Amino acid sequence: MNSNLLNYVLQLADNGLIYGHRLSEWCGHGPILEVDMALSNIALDSIGAARSFYQYAASIEGNGKTEDSYPYLREVTDFKNALILELPNGGFADTIARSFFFDAFQFHFYTALCHSTDKQIAGIAEKSLKEVTYHLRFSSEWVIRLGDGTEESKQKIQAAIENIWTYPGELFEPSVEEKALMLEGIAPDITLLKSSWNDTVARTLEEATLQFPMSKADAWHHSGGKKGIHTEYLGFILAEMQHLQRVYPGCEW
Amino acid sequence: MVNKQTMHTEEDIWRILENVCDPEVPVLTIQDLGIIRKIKMQDSHSIEITITPTYSGCPAMNTISTQIRMELAAHGFTHITILEELSPAWTTDWMTEKGKEKLSAFGITPPQYTTKNNPREWDAIIPCPRCYSTKTELISQFGSTACKALYKCLDCLEPFDYFKCH
Ligand SMILES: [Zn+2]
Repeated sequence: MNSNLLNYVLQLADNGLIYGHRLSEWCGHGPILEVDMALSNIALDSIGAARSFYQYAASIEGNGKTEDSYPYLREVTDFKNALILELPNGGFADTIARSFFFDAFQFHFYTALCHSTDKQIAGIAEKSLKEVTYHLRFSSEWVIRLGDGTEESKQKIQAAIENIWTYPGELFEPSVEEKALMLEGIAPDITLLKSSWNDTVARTLEEATLQFPMSKADAWHHSGGKKGIHTEYLGFILAEMQHLQRVYPGCEW
Repeated sequence: MVNKQTMHTEEDIWRILENVCDPEVPVLTIQDLGIIRKIKMQDSHSIEITITPTYSGCPAMNTISTQIRMELAAHGFTHITILEELSPAWTTDWMTEKGKEKLSAFGITPPQYTTKNNPREWDAIIPCPRCYSTKTELISQFGSTACKALYKCLDCLEPFDYFKCH
């Protein structure tokens, strides 16, 4: 078994799952019906991509593992998702700021991942890229609409961007396992994606008439997700997500 | 060794699978959608079907797999393997003309472009499935399911679903 590959695939899966889970919390609470449906749709896409990665992880690990083993039966420290994804949704502007930063990353990342020498990973990336393109368009449009909207909406989205600014930096830090896979062409070099991400973000923030915290662009950022060091929030997500399987192991309905 | 069961041809299988519809858009068969990529028959009991999922999170895919199994089981197959192929990724370019006509009649505007020449939404002309007016506007990229966008007709004022070019 290639343990670097398993670690990497779980990293990609966990990002999809936790992002999708947070977005799904908006279902029934969206500010308007269309936004409610859009966020739920994006959550589904994201959890769908996570499933594909979990299925692949199960086939790599064997040992009786299934796609459900990973989301339902691992501990907080086993999860490898980026910290930005587990932060609480906050208000609508906070969710949009997070989505925008992450969607912009996913867009460039999946574009590169399509060239992975691992056929299964490349296939999932090719499929997801088409969906992520919609996600980025949705979150970018909302950043612009809020930024270029009323005094209040502008202030909210600007504050949301400043608040979350210390999180996306982690997305461009490869893990030890990832670095090994970069040499084999399985994982793209994410450090190279930073400048295209910066461009995408800067262009949209400018159109939104928002201040880009450029001075803070390369400042200190949170990290640890890939190593399993999480914020306190992930535990609460898992407590809810895993409750049933922990109390009634193997239960189906 | 006499095998009493008549061997199905691949053509028969395509016909059998025409009974399987998309649970979310019941007028479309899975062939209209272009979901079936390959049919491989080993013998009269064993068959391998390769399908491609539409959208990653589409909840209809599980139902579709189950329905394929049930149809084939009803025709004597006991060893049914369903493989999922992700690449090349599913595209609405694979939707049949017949499928598009059925969508239209059902009240959903079918994909108007191919992925190669799909304009940005403000340049796209998406006709209303009721009055055929082309004066329509996009309300949301995300409609009742991942595959559809929500539009509004500016002439008859009815909202409608557009099966996105994807
Ligand atoms: Zn009309």
